[in-house]
Amino acid sequence: MNLDVNLAEYRRTARTWLEANARADDAQEADGIARAKEFMARLYDAGYSGITWPARWGGQGLTQAEERAFAAESRDFTLPTYVFSIGLGMTGPTLVDRGTDAQRERFVRPLLRGEEIWCQLFSEPGAGSDVASLQTRAVRDGDDWVVNGQKVWTSVAHHADWGLLLARTDVDVPKHKGLTMFVVNMRHPGVTVRPLKDMSGRANFNEIFFDDVTIPDEHRVGEVNDGWSVAVTTLLHERLSISSGVGMGTRRDDPTALDGLRRLVDTTDPLVRDELVELHIRSRALALFNQRLAQETKAGVFPGARGSAAKLLLAELTMYQADLATRLAGPSAVVGEDNPLSQAISLAPGMALGGGTNEIMRNIVGDRVLNLPPEPRVDKTVPFKDLKVGTQA
Amino acid sequence: MNLVLSPEQQELRDTVRSFLGTVSPLPKVREGYDPDVYARLNGELGLSGLIVPEEYGGSGAGFAELAVVLTETGAALLPGPFLATTFAAIALTRVPDKELLTGIAEGRVVATLAQPAGDDGLVAESADGGVAVRGTLARVLGGMEAGVLLVPARTGDGMVLVAVDLTGEGVTRTPLETLDITRGQARIELDGARGRVLGASPQDDGIGDRLAVALAAEQLGVLRASLDSIVAYAKIRVAFGRYIGSYQGVKHKLADMHCKLEQAESIVRFAAWAADESPEELPAAAALAQAYVGRACFEVARDHLLLHGGIGFTWEHDAHLFYKRAKTDEVLLGPPRIHRARLADLLEL
Repeated sequence: MNLDVNLAEYRRTARTWLEANARADDAQEADGIARAKEFMARLYDAGYSGITWPARWGGQGLTQAEERAFAAESRDFTLPTYVFSIGLGMTGPTLVDRGTDAQRERFVRPLLRGEEIWCQLFSEPGAGSDVASLQTRAVRDGDDWVVNGQKVWTSVAHHADWGLLLARTDVDVPKHKGLTMFVVNMRHPGVTVRPLKDMSGRANFNEIFFDDVTIPDEHRVGEVNDGWSVAVTTLLHERLSISSGVGMGTRRDDPTALDGLRRLVDTTDPLVRDELVELHIRSRALALFNQRLAQETKAGVFPGARGSAAKLLLAELTMYQADLATRLAGPSAVVGEDNPLSQAISLAPGMALGGGTNEIMRNIVGDRVLNLPPEPRVDKTVPFKDLKVGTQA
Repeated sequence: MNLVLSPEQQELRDTVRSFLGTVSPLPKVREGYDPDVYARLNGELGLSGLIVPEEYGGSGAGFAELAVVLTETGAALLPGPFLATTFAAIALTRVPDKELLTGIAEGRVVATLAQPAGDDGLVAESADGGVAVRGTLARVLGGMEAGVLLVPARTGDGMVLVAVDLTGEGVTRTPLETLDITRGQARIELDGARGRVLGASPQDDGIGDRLAVALAAEQLGVLRASLDSIVAYAKIRVAFGRYIGSYQGVKHKLADMHCKLEQAESIVRFAAWAADESPEELPAAAALAQAYVGRACFEVARDHLLLHGGIGFTWEHDAHLFYKRAKTDEVLLGPPRIHRARLADLLEL
């Protein structure tokens, strides 16, 4: 009972803080970095960044209950936190789990306070779903490593100070056994960030080129050639953060959600009503599943690969929602400057590709939740240098 | 909102699961209703009295616990009048009657509940201390097994819930040939059958919502058992030199079925919680439960049958038992569109 009272008080305080500090003109994905950083510093100083992260490294050391309470209150606001989402959702948790104390000391607090922006450097043109076949090389040179190669689909890299980089350190062993994880300085000479326009016309991600970029060995995360296990940690956090929307907020004005759509269409039409009911059913089903996963986590049951089921369902819902909204709106959905429905239908496929395709999510659910027999593999025992990778005619 | 089972609820689940696995395995399910199994279910586990208030000799448990039990009886395709009696008990928790509740809690009374639509309703007239009930019910769940029928009937004073003695005079019961061979229905003609008025039967008594939640819990069990069955088979059946579960064509379908299970389970927990704790959320939760879980259950049962290949289409294999229970459950409370229409109204579309 006392806990509930404390939580209610926590929520009230959070709400008051949000009302005072969130601005009506803030946009989630604003490129106004100065405003984003200034907001993040306030958020941290008020104790609302890294709510569940260990206090020793700069977090608040609180529970999922407080995190959810804050997330629930912030749903009514648009917070300019998008550029920090990779750090908060993926690279930061990886450092907390797998970094050295020196790395945690150096990186976690500035990440939580928004002083430094992070990106994640895993995918390559030849290694997407099969990311362990990546070809970017890191070669040991005394106390340093020298990196050469190319990464792609890297969100917020054009703002990033640091990146979590997975690179190949041994080509004479099978592909999963020759990878190592590093923290790379994105401001280092030899790092070239080139914006890549996605199908919505916006440059939401980038391709990155590494030309003789040096990384000190103290910025290695985990053991040499044990990078795959570190990457698995990051990817688990990625799927969970995508499916539960941590650090990304939900748009209060989503034009494809039921509340937006009902104002747009004739709800007396029985066919329209049934479509909207279907949308409600699917949205509620996934929302309740995500809530259940959160409650299980709180009770000490880590969702693990079941997070991939939630991510798959979110991708399907996102595409269904954008498709339905445009069909219901009719011809007006596809014309006009910055038409939100055109944006929605253009962005929808991204959710089914980023963070692992739907097919990869289904493999994960099949292999690790249902424990189905694995696909026969031709790439597990072959040394990387003898393996076919990328696109080959 | 509580979507996670407590340790006690998990223990209840495990107890019922292992009990049914022993006393009512699938080969036995094919033989139909066994009163001995039913008696042990009530006697040893006290399940008929689960939601009966303690003052009437029951356990006074809530829908959270009832849902746990019905999920297991659903997964086991338990034959007989357990769901029918549960439906009756649900009605009696809204319109309490000491004699019936005590009888159900003790396992003495097997009951069922009918909810005739519109003009098909029954008529009750006063007759020596009780009522004489007239009318025909085309399909009554557990109608052959039940000793007592609860049903709304019209009187001079409006709609009332009556308890009809099905073993007395003026009752003609005809067993129906049902798609689901594991659980029967009957046509019941009442021509002056003896009944007792339990109380008023208003339209918005909340009974229908609670039946929807209870049925969804059973459907969750049918869904889960169907998925478990085909996942187990996909791990041992070989084709083209590989286990079929290693093919993406099979694996991806099973992954999608698992997604339905996760969402169905979340909805059932939510709806059961709403039935216990949040009456204002119950109508939408109940309609959601039937609209989502009823469909998901049939789709998973269908796909589990298909993925078995030809053997799944045979009488001797159990796949069709799940498929037919799933379809029967999907339409048990009316055509599924009524749940969707209810949702539309509740969402104020």
